[in-house]
Amino acid sequence: MNILVLLKMVPDVVEELEVAGDGKSLDTSFLRTIINERDDHALEQAILLKERHGGKVTVVALDAPDIDDTLFATMAKGADRAVKITDAPEGMTTQMAAKLCGQVVAGLLPADLVLTGVQALDDLDGLSAALVAQQLNFPYIGVVTAVTAGGPTATVLKEFAGGVRGEFAVTLPAVLGVQAAEKPPRYVPVAKVRAVMKTNKIETVSAPGDAGAAQIEVRQLAKPVVSSHAEMLEGSPEEAAGKLVELLAQRGLL
Amino acid sequence: MASNIWVLAETWRGQVTETTLELLTLGREVAGQSGSQLEAVLLGDKSLAASLGAADNVLCAANVEPTPEAVAAALAQLVKERQPQAVLVPWTNLSMDAGALAAAQLNVPFVNGCKDLKSDAGTLVAQCVVYGGKLEAAVSATTASTLFGVLPGSRSAASPGNAPTVTDVAVTLPEAKVKFTKYLEPEAGGVDITQQDVLIAVGRGIQTQDNMELANDLAAALGGAVCGSRPVIDQGWLPLSCQVGKSGMQVKPKLYIMLGISGAPEHIEGIKGAQVVVAVNTDAAAPVFNASHYGINADLFEVVPALTEAVKAKKG
Amino acid sequence: MTHDPVRISLLGVPGWAVLWALSVAAFGVFGWRAWQLIGLLRQGRPENRFDQLGQRVLRFCKHVLLQPRLLNERSIGLPHLLIFWGFVVYVICFNWSLVRGLVPVLPIPYPEEVFVAALFLKAFAVLVLISLGIAVARRIFFPPPHLHLSWDANLILSLIAVLMLTTLLSAFWPRAMWWLHMVTVLFFLVYLPYSKHLHLLASPFNVFFGNLRPAGDLGIAGGSEEITAGSAKWNEFTWKQLLSGFSCAECGRCDRACPATTAGFPLQPQEIVQKLKKHTIHAGLETNGGKLIGDVITEDEIWACTTCMSCMERCAVLNEQIPIIVQLRRHLVAEGQMAKTLQDALQNFTRYGNSFGKSDRMRAKWTQPLGWKVKDARKEPVEYLWFVGDYASYDPRLEEITRQTARLFQQAGVDFGILYEGERNAGNDVRRIGEEGLFEMLRDKNKQSFEKAQFKAIVTTDPHAYNALKNEYGLSVPVLHYSELLDQLVAQGKLTFAKKNGVRATYHDPCYLGRYNDIYEPARRVLQAAGVELVEMPRSRCQSYCCGAGGGRIWMEDTPGVKERSAESRVREAAALGVDTLVVACPKDLVMFQDAVKTAGLEGKLTIKDLTELVQEALKPAAQA
Ligand SMILES: Cc1cc2nc3c(=O)[nH]c(=O)nc-3n(C[C@H](O)[C@H](O)[C@H](O)COP(=O)(O)OP(=O)(O)OC[C@H]3O[C@@H](n4cnc5c(N)ncnc54)[C@H](O)[C@@H]3O)c2cc1C
Repeated sequence: MNILVLLKMVPDVVEELEVAGDGKSLDTSFLRTIINERDDHALEQAILLKERHGGKVTVVALDAPDIDDTLFATMAKGADRAVKITDAPEGMTTQMAAKLCGQVVAGLLPADLVLTGVQALDDLDGLSAALVAQQLNFPYIGVVTAVTAGGPTATVLKEFAGGVRGEFAVTLPAVLGVQAAEKPPRYVPVAKVRAVMKTNKIETVSAPGDAGAAQIEVRQLAKPVVSSHAEMLEGSPEEAAGKLVELLAQRGLL
Repeated sequence: MASNIWVLAETWRGQVTETTLELLTLGREVAGQSGSQLEAVLLGDKSLAASLGAADNVLCAANVEPTPEAVAAALAQLVKERQPQAVLVPWTNLSMDAGALAAAQLNVPFVNGCKDLKSDAGTLVAQCVVYGGKLEAAVSATTASTLFGVLPGSRSAASPGNAPTVTDVAVTLPEAKVKFTKYLEPEAGGVDITQQDVLIAVGRGIQTQDNMELANDLAAALGGAVCGSRPVIDQGWLPLSCQVGKSGMQVKPKLYIMLGISGAPEHIEGIKGAQVVVAVNTDAAAPVFNASHYGINADLFEVVPALTEAVKAKKG
Repeated sequence: MTHDPVRISLLGVPGWAVLWALSVAAFGVFGWRAWQLIGLLRQGRPENRFDQLGQRVLRFCKHVLLQPRLLNERSIGLPHLLIFWGFVVYVICFNWSLVRGLVPVLPIPYPEEVFVAALFLKAFAVLVLISLGIAVARRIFFPPPHLHLSWDANLILSLIAVLMLTTLLSAFWPRAMWWLHMVTVLFFLVYLPYSKHLHLLASPFNVFFGNLRPAGDLGIAGGSEEITAGSAKWNEFTWKQLLSGFSCAECGRCDRACPATTAGFPLQPQEIVQKLKKHTIHAGLETNGGKLIGDVITEDEIWACTTCMSCMERCAVLNEQIPIIVQLRRHLVAEGQMAKTLQDALQNFTRYGNSFGKSDRMRAKWTQPLGWKVKDARKEPVEYLWFVGDYASYDPRLEEITRQTARLFQQAGVDFGILYEGERNAGNDVRRIGEEGLFEMLRDKNKQSFEKAQFKAIVTTDPHAYNALKNEYGLSVPVLHYSELLDQLVAQGKLTFAKKNGVRATYHDPCYLGRYNDIYEPARRVLQAAGVELVEMPRSRCQSYCCGAGGGRIWMEDTPGVKERSAESRVREAAALGVDTLVVACPKDLVMFQDAVKTAGLEGKLTIKDLTELVQEALKPAAQA
């Protein structure tokens, strides 16, 4: 089965995120990016499917800092091709990016499945998977945690609340928004990535056509207002624990 | 008069969800600010309209299956026909993909993760949680009939009120390509954390399964149960039925103590019913302290044993 | 001998002809088997063990001829040495007899007819018989744990006894005994290479080709193949690693020393070596070995090792168990088969250079409460570059101790600096996990930072980092553990102590400082200078008992069924001495033992302290101000 995976780099929230001078965007001077966690799961799910059913996995991503390392790593994990979309305009919203990616993906068809993360940390105006599905006119379902393929449909589990999951039969080809792969994303040894860097190439396509204009305006970006910050209990761990117990006792919680 | 504010009513196993009622409260505020009507869109069982009395009117299309595809198609069709000012969609696993798909079909934004929505001089401005809760963005849309994905917990739930007027609407659905087959229940057994008065929630900060003992001891001392954030459930250290948050349980204990949980919005939305929330975290800047009443900025491995002892001493 | 034993007729055939027939057959079988086994070794990967021949000869003399490691276990040490020397004497005399018997016309006597030879034979016969008695008694009445009580061993002991008895009884039935002796030896010759007593033939070579590089260097000298992919098949090990199995005598010394075995993990180092041997023979000669990883050696075994070096420290034939285990791990890592927690740790190393998954920019955050700025060695020259290490930098439980060390260095006038965000994990444990490529990446990044800095020596608070920096980085500057630096400072009078500390304490030798790098005394000297009354644990210095965190174990879950965690065993050992403090000189030890004190219920009875803390407490108050 042929699977296309759409990846995106997002700011690494392990680092402090600072707002730029305009008060509306991220300060990129210290920014570090990392593969969007859900996209990593989408890739893992794709590779698991490939291992089960055979076929090819092609990874598509917009150019970004560190994207090459990420793409080589996807190939070391088992992706067959990696396609990088270059020369895209800066500061695109999710909707705009999806418009470009959707066109590139359309050029890479046929595929049985297009997988991407259900959501990215920096999405504001839509979810890529749904947007791409609309462009391709493929069926779509999101918050997917397992996929079993075989025949003209795939059996897909979607996560609801309370640990309940729903099973859906999805006609292929389809776009799935992955929440979690059936197994945690695999580790790929550094040596394997290095070897792939020597033998494999990242294909590039320049961004096709027009991404359109943003339909949202970010008026302000800021750290959350600490409207209700906790009352901090100071002192040594023992002292703090003691204070807490007193407070809980006062509130009749013990 | 401005066009209406809509709320997509979310139904789950024969009931309108709590989140829907919260969105109705928010929707009512927004409608008030822009002098418009509040309408709920109910796709499916018409009898549920009775719970939607907080809306001025309920648009009901009874022939819609509960798949994202069908809900999205129906919603998009109605929006196109009736041009509401905005649609509030629950930002939940159940509804987020339907909202996203409908927005894609309508070519309008689906504004993600809104915890608040206001009308500012006629324009709706949403307060959105981004970057895992590290930042918030104030976002407005340049389109009409924009969809807003609103986080659970944005407001308190609206009371059902009187039976609303119901307008039956017809939608024609495309051939279904996504078909619901069945529900898979989480493995049973263990405690029902939604019924507990005291919950000790452990997060990734607990580090190893062995350390779960610490939380068990504290729970035993307090007479409560242990639950966890997603990473702890992913590790298999607690069953899925003990996960709190977006994809887990909504809990409403009297006391909720979080150990080594960073306070991601997906987790926090599961505890909005908790009365007293305590957080222990080594990171003074962890967002969890913004969602709790009492905070201890210290190592849980030091605090928890001390706390267990102190509780035992106090209880005698 | 009055009657030449070969000049008789056996069933009408001359004795010498019978001897010829038997010898040709026995040597033929032996030679064929030896050829097969050598053939197996030749299929192993290359590894240069032919350098430093002088050193090798010395090693051989020490460990083959004198066997100091065997003498460590007194009950069997001397008996084994006597049996060994008896064996040497008997081999010489057998060959002498054989040549004489095969060529009856040679104008030489039999050894028994030469006074000195006969004396040696008789004397050793008695000594060896006594030794055999002890060996058998040990097997029957007081076998140490993990000694393999096989029939194979009993048979061999019996055969040796027969040889000795034939010598002693030769006065009564000279010809019969001579023949019995010769036939027994020839049988022995055939039997040896098929039994565990292949040990006898292989171990001298094994010792001679033993590792002469630092034990703490996991590289393979002259290895032609990429080692990153590890080994999953027998012939993906080096010939020397294959030779290990042939040399193993199944004595169980390694198992008795192994913390994983003792704690009840599924690992026994001896089994690893033995399983590799059996698998090599099955797969190499009979082609039915199954899968080495999975069918023969389980993944749990492979991951249980803490790489503490106890097994290799004890092995009497100088086997190298850890490199074999790491080879297997390398393969598992290459295949991505490892615990999720370990994957996360590796992912964090790759991305952030530390296992904590914290930003590298936060690496020097611990310095902030100091109130003064620690020099950035990349910006100004310093004498000592302090390689702080991950745990000391990031673990909230250790930060205060790290600051105390900084203050101590400052008070003693040490000119030092750190690399700030330029430091990465040294990669010691990463390499032992088997992630060779990541180790190289971390090493290269650190070396790039070193190049930017100006310093005369490196000091580190982390023994694991110490090992990698000293043995695996190929640096030209001296690398010191902080206990060594403190020791120097005390000796130079730069650290003076006011009061007798009055603390009764015991000191835990970190694996990577002690066994790996032979550094046992500096910390003890410093403690004594600080007035600490030092009591030794039963397992101290090279017998120190690992805390269980090494080799990547700190990022792995305990396996179910573990009897007693190593760290708990260790704190109980310390507490049993009646001391109130267990002193450590390794950040991981502090974390492990502090936890173990809680789980072992020793809170309030035993305190875990870093060397720095005790020094700080005893410093002259003037200096403290
Ligand atoms: C669609 C979707 C649905 C989701 N559903 C859920 C859900 O239902 N429930 C849920 O929980 N998550 C959910 N998540 C995941 C969520 O985004 C977070 O990733 C998750 O909640 C983080 O868990 P955590 O706080 O335990 O871990 P982390 O974010 O890694 O936080 C660990 C915290 O522990 C602290 N810590 C570390 N060591 C110590 C110590 N020794 N003492 C004290 N503190 C320490 C650290 O400072 C840190 O703040 C969902 C995500 C998505 C995208």
